[in-house]
Amino acid sequence: MKAQRPRLAVWKFASCDGCQLSLLDCEDELLTLAGAIEIANFPEASSLILDGPYDLSLVEGSITTAHDAERIQMVRQQSKFLVTIGACATAGGIQALRNFADVDDYIAAVYASPKYISTLATSTPISAHIAVDYELRGCPINKAQLIEVISAYLAGRKPSIAAHSVCIECKQRGAVCVMVQGTPCLGPVTHAGCGAICPSFRRGCYGCYGPMETPNTAALACEWQVLGATPRDIARVFSTFNAAAEAFRKESKAHGG
Amino acid sequence: MQHRPDGGTKAVISREALQQLIEALSAENCRVLGPTVRDGAIVYDEIAQVGNLPAGWTDRQEAGRYHLERREDDALFGFAVGPQSWKQFLHPPVETLWTARQGDDGISIATDRSETPIFAFIGVRACELHAIAIQDRVFLDGPYRDVTYGMRRQDAFIVAVNCGNAAATCFCASMGTGPKVDAGFDLALTELIDATRHEFVVEVGSEAGGDLLDRLPHRPAANADLLAAEAVIARTQSAMGRRLETDGLKELLQANLNHPRWDEVAARCLACGNCTSVCPTCFCTTVEDHSDLMGSSAERIRKWDSCFTLDFSYLHGGSVRTTASSRYRQWMTHKLASWIDQFGTSGCVGCGRCITWCPVGIDITAEAAAIRATPQSRKGEPHGGT
Ligand code: SF4
Ligand code: SF4
Repeated sequence: MKAQRPRLAVWKFASCDGCQLSLLDCEDELLTLAGAIEIANFPEASSLILDGPYDLSLVEGSITTAHDAERIQMVRQQSKFLVTIGACATAGGIQALRNFADVDDYIAAVYASPKYISTLATSTPISAHIAVDYELRGCPINKAQLIEVISAYLAGRKPSIAAHSVCIECKQRGAVCVMVQGTPCLGPVTHAGCGAICPSFRRGCYGCYGPMETPNTAALACEWQVLGATPRDIARVFSTFNAAAEAFRKESKAHGG
Repeated sequence: MQHRPDGGTKAVISREALQQLIEALSAENCRVLGPTVRDGAIVYDEIAQVGNLPAGWTDRQEAGRYHLERREDDALFGFAVGPQSWKQFLHPPVETLWTARQGDDGISIATDRSETPIFAFIGVRACELHAIAIQDRVFLDGPYRDVTYGMRRQDAFIVAVNCGNAAATCFCASMGTGPKVDAGFDLALTELIDATRHEFVVEVGSEAGGDLLDRLPHRPAANADLLAAEAVIARTQSAMGRRLETDGLKELLQANLNHPRWDEVAARCLACGNCTSVCPTCFCTTVEDHSDLMGSSAERIRKWDSCFTLDFSYLHGGSVRTTASSRYRQWMTHKLASWIDQFGTSGCVGCGRCITWCPVGIDITAEAAAIRATPQSRKGEPHGGT
């Protein structure tokens, strides 16, 4: 008799859905995945929702409401192994810009009827609320890395996912460094994972995967200035999808962000 | 013609004969690789014809800076070295070592080596020949031969070039590795270009090189040709942009493991690993094991690693080199000092790539000079890993 397949649940918090869609985007692997794991709760893919507990939960999005702060506790209770996916879930996402402003000002500026909006003053990563077993970075995540995480989970091994700079991936694919040719790039302080997409198209890295393992953002910012970046440019470039990640937040602040 | 592999035979060939050389190597099923312009740099890639070479281009290099400029002539090799080295072919950045499959009759393990190409490298510089020789020692000498490196290396045909230009970041002269090629090539070219001619003096370095030269239109080199070739090398030698004082360097560095300079350089160092990727002698790798979703197949992949990552020194319980100063020190003292203990030569050939391609322009020659200027020499003091 076939052994029972582990049960998968996919959860959404404050996010754009891009990361969970990466899972649906795994066209070649999707049928195999459905054979290896029981997709028990994935509203984006199927209206059939089976009750918990779940063996593996993938959590997308950040915590921005009191309701979600409670809901994530329920998700943790129902999940044996919980993986957060994407910049929102691992660092608070672009919506964490509210952490550095007055959220009521934002609400007043954006919504016609602010009174209907009930939200927290901050956007925080899942790990600020519950214990997380593994964090997969990226905005959005790389689908090959997602398959790697799930395959590793199924085999009971550690995922082969590096925390070093984008530069190492950039050199592995034979791309020519854009920074040395005069284009400011965040690659040296950014976590690998995308495969150095932007530099291989002659653009500087935007930092989608957040800080690498030992980011020396101050030294990089210094070199950016030599290349002509203003303090405002630097404050802004560190204030995007991973704005609330500590190393990026600090560097942005140091330049008036 | 009798060829002495010690570089006895010298001839002169034209630009057209160079085209025939490329064709002859292609006809022998070689993968012909050489310098070509891509993405604003001179990289190494497939060469089908002389027209693919970077005619009329030169490189301007400084610490952390690189750009191409037009030359006043159409020299084919009128530049120094670019962001890549031959390492990417002989010791590729990503390599599948084996794949395993779970079948009906158990597990089978396969190593697919059917695709190993025969390389022909056009335009290998003196420093690069030394770098290849260093990697040969690492991978092929001693009891643990690297099989796939050996397969890629054994039949590689090498057309070297004596440098006609030194970059501001070059210091092969102080490392004793250039600019004149001395060994390890099949043919070596020296480009002679002026208003009246565009030719190449060819030196034969092996029997295979001699055989190939015989099939190309050539004339014996006259004394004037040889003098012109010597002048090219002498001019390059005197135009070296940088210098590294190697006298007593090993002892100096090994006696200064707690020098404050390591912390100063660490304040600038991004620990990005670019220096190790571009270095033609850095050879470290990591292996990754991947299994598939069904648990029915697995593969082991080898990738370039860098001593600047935390994982590189991860022992039980954590990384033993957590600070950038310990990692920069590890890299530089290995390259310039303990490499000599380990392999009998310096690990640096003076190509200057780590200087040019460091995003913040950290300069190995300047770092060594700074320690030489203020030695602390507190011998015997233990240095911690971190
Ligand atoms: S020396 Fe330069 S290239 Fe090397 S790790 Fe440090 S910043 Fe990166
Ligand atoms: S250490 Fe730097 S200069 Fe020396 S061989 Fe390596 S890249 Fe070239």
